Amino acid sequence: METYYTDLLCIGAGLAGERVAVEAALHGFKSLCLSIVPPRQSHSSAAQGGMQAALGNCAMADGDCPDIHFVDTVKGSDWGCDQEVARLYAEQAPIAVREMAFWGVPWNRVVGGKSTYYKGGKVFEKVEPKENEGLITGREFGGISKWRGCHTSDGTGHTLLYAMDNVCVQMDVPVHDRVEAIALIHNGITCMGVVARCLKNGRLRVYLAKATVIATGGYGRLYRETTNAVINEGNGAIIALNTGVVPLGNMEAVQFHPTGIVPPNILVTEGCRGEGGTLKDVNGDRFMPVYEPLKQELASRDVVSRWMTHHIRQGLGVKSPYGDHLWLDIRHLGRAHINSHLREVEEICKKFLGLDPAEEMIPVRPAQHYSMGGIRVNKFGEVYGLKGLFAAGEAACWDLHGFNRLAGNSLGETIVTGRIVGKRVVEFLEGYEVRFDTQVIQDAYNKEEGHIKTIIQRQNGPEKVFALRKILQDELMDRVSIFRNGPDLQKAVGKLQELYDRSDRIGLHSQDQGVNPELTLAIRFKGMVRLALCVAHGALMRTESRGCHAREDFPERNDRDWLKRTLAFWKEGDTLPGLSYEPNSRVWELPPGDRGYGAAKIICSEDPVVCGLEPGEPTAAFNE
Amino acid sequence: MARDLTFHIFRYHPEDPQSYPHLETFHLEETVGMTLFIVLTRIREEQDPTLQFDFCCRAGMCGSCAILINGRPDLACHTKTMDLPEEITLLPLPVFNLVGDLSVDKGSWFRKMNERVESWIHRDGSFDPAALEERMDNRTAVEIYELERCIECGCCVAACGTANMRPDFLGAVALNRIARFMVDPRDQRKEQDYFEIVGTDEGIFGCMGLLGCEDICPKNLPLQDQLGLMRRKMGWSAIKGLFARK
Repeated sequence: METYYTDLLCIGAGLAGERVAVEAALHGFKSLCLSIVPPRQSHSSAAQGGMQAALGNCAMADGDCPDIHFVDTVKGSDWGCDQEVARLYAEQAPIAVREMAFWGVPWNRVVGGKSTYYKGGKVFEKVEPKENEGLITGREFGGISKWRGCHTSDGTGHTLLYAMDNVCVQMDVPVHDRVEAIALIHNGITCMGVVARCLKNGRLRVYLAKATVIATGGYGRLYRETTNAVINEGNGAIIALNTGVVPLGNMEAVQFHPTGIVPPNILVTEGCRGEGGTLKDVNGDRFMPVYEPLKQELASRDVVSRWMTHHIRQGLGVKSPYGDHLWLDIRHLGRAHINSHLREVEEICKKFLGLDPAEEMIPVRPAQHYSMGGIRVNKFGEVYGLKGLFAAGEAACWDLHGFNRLAGNSLGETIVTGRIVGKRVVEFLEGYEVRFDTQVIQDAYNKEEGHIKTIIQRQNGPEKVFALRKILQDELMDRVSIFRNGPDLQKAVGKLQELYDRSDRIGLHSQDQGVNPELTLAIRFKGMVRLALCVAHGALMRTESRGCHAREDFPERNDRDWLKRTLAFWKEGDTLPGLSYEPNSRVWELPPGDRGYGAAKIICSEDPVVCGLEPGEPTAAFNE
Repeated sequence: MARDLTFHIFRYHPEDPQSYPHLETFHLEETVGMTLFIVLTRIREEQDPTLQFDFCCRAGMCGSCAILINGRPDLACHTKTMDLPEEITLLPLPVFNLVGDLSVDKGSWFRKMNERVESWIHRDGSFDPAALEERMDNRTAVEIYELERCIECGCCVAACGTANMRPDFLGAVALNRIARFMVDPRDQRKEQDYFEIVGTDEGIFGCMGLLGCEDICPKNLPLQDQLGLMRRKMGWSAIKGLFARK
């Protein structure tokens, strides 16, 4: 058995995983990251727009502070988030941004004096304060009341990830790339590491660790039309769910982004609208001002995506061989501005659509984008149910985002949770000793080895794994999508359960036992169906509309009955996840109310009582 | 009428003793907007499930899918078949170790490169969470980002005559990385420190000036300019050094 030992094992080497690893390394612990791709190719690199932090440096951010960031985040979440977490996050974000500047991110800076900007297709003037020249600037995003999107052009994720990985190189944190964790090693109480599969040679390995962090990103690839990288199949959530003791939180909360380009579903950043781009229909008319007079194109993503879908359903979409779409217009921003602020967008349009966004409009429609749900953790990133196991970033349900994530809050989350979870991991590691039970390790290894052997022995079994994955993706796309309803969700659950059965009859149509991609998917597939069932079943049971979860048969946001978070467990032998519920938040600084956009009926609740933290409670401890 | 495309794809699984390097031919009917991402995914899902290749973001931003397309290194995801002839040969990038078929091990290569050029900000002191960020001129920030747009796809290394001949050559990607740190005021390294890394024939003096790197860079980075600039700077630095000694 090829075995590695480390203090901290990070599964995933994107921004969140590497940030945790660095924190432990800074404190003298041995960190090791696993990644299914080289670390700089992690999906974090594709984030374009920016990260929110209330620095208040630029003219349009005058007077910004963590309080306002907190309020925007809670409203954005449609009161589905954990307010303690939102508070922690808003206060830590400025520190995290500055820390990344210290490590080398070339954030765009304030340039003093007069300049112009666009809003809703019209040009306005602003005066940037001379005294703030050279400080980190911000841009506008949907659902925020101050310009606080810190950015490097529209390559923010890329520069953050490169800076972070540079620090990993500097700190000698090894990244074992092309290694996939396929099972957690645990005894039902304590996590001891993982069984992993090398994707260079197909052999199994064991990684033992005092602390394990899952930071594997989202599960967007459960959907047919997604902006996510092809690696985002929910691997981390799968191995957590498979333990039977770890719950996933709010899996039904799946965000669609308004501007995936048609047909390849590649994202063009919300920064396009933040910088003044507009959405238009088949007649070249703007429609968002009709639906959302106040926020227009810059309402939150769930709201804009719904109105776009609604507008297409009204017959006002643009016909194409790939279905109806709408237009994103950034032509009025001018070539110079596009060239400097939206150059990735320009490149994507030219390369993938063969069009010049300074001259032509961009065909867009909503595509799956972000997983608010994930491995349920407390505010320190500790996973429910297993000691020594943590989760961070999109893989986790830390519950900063509730039922809708605001633009710029995911990059923010990666490095802020990375710091917070990292500090907790360091506290945990100090003085902690774990007892590795060799029998438990051997059993976990044997189980995975046996599982793989079984798959290989079903040569030419009746089901093909690539075809089954297509069915799974279609099912979620067609029935568990932007608008949801009981009968469709019921059908989806039935179909997915059928698929769950069929996944036992997958046969390989290839002999190769090494890095065979068919085998790699076959090992992972059953877990993917489980995740999909958590999404669909959770959505069926949640009989209300909140944020991205829009039930046509229950259009009201029902605070009376649903101010709570879904927890999904999977017990061995079950064919449906077991669901239970917990309150969204322990602390209610901001009582549930109207978001100010996306007007919908609200069934009010007498509870919760608005309350703050007691003095000296942990939030304060994290404010350095 | 839709074209019938023929793909000659390199096949070899080094871990499998039965496997030997060869080209295998596949056919697909061309569809509107077809890219090599669509092609390879379809071949794997419909014709040969063992075909190995790499994609990650499939949007031209992560650099994982670089291969040789009719002899030229480029990102497979943003290459449209309409820009290619009916016969298309796909090979893995040279220089890097082969994982299998079109997939190469770039992780190890780039990690080593980043270690060799010490690709991080060298500075004293530690981060002060209570302090404001250091100021920086926005033009400097933009200048740094222009060079930091590199996505480590490996195309410049694969297209480099020197890198193909000697495994210790740093390649344009490394020289670009050094250039990025040289313009960054936060990095306290002196010119001499940079030149110790790149001022050898493993660095700027190994380049034969074939310009392959700049010709093929999918992000259009000015790779040769950086190299020229660095050589000139190093020359000046040497001359200044001579006078200083007297």
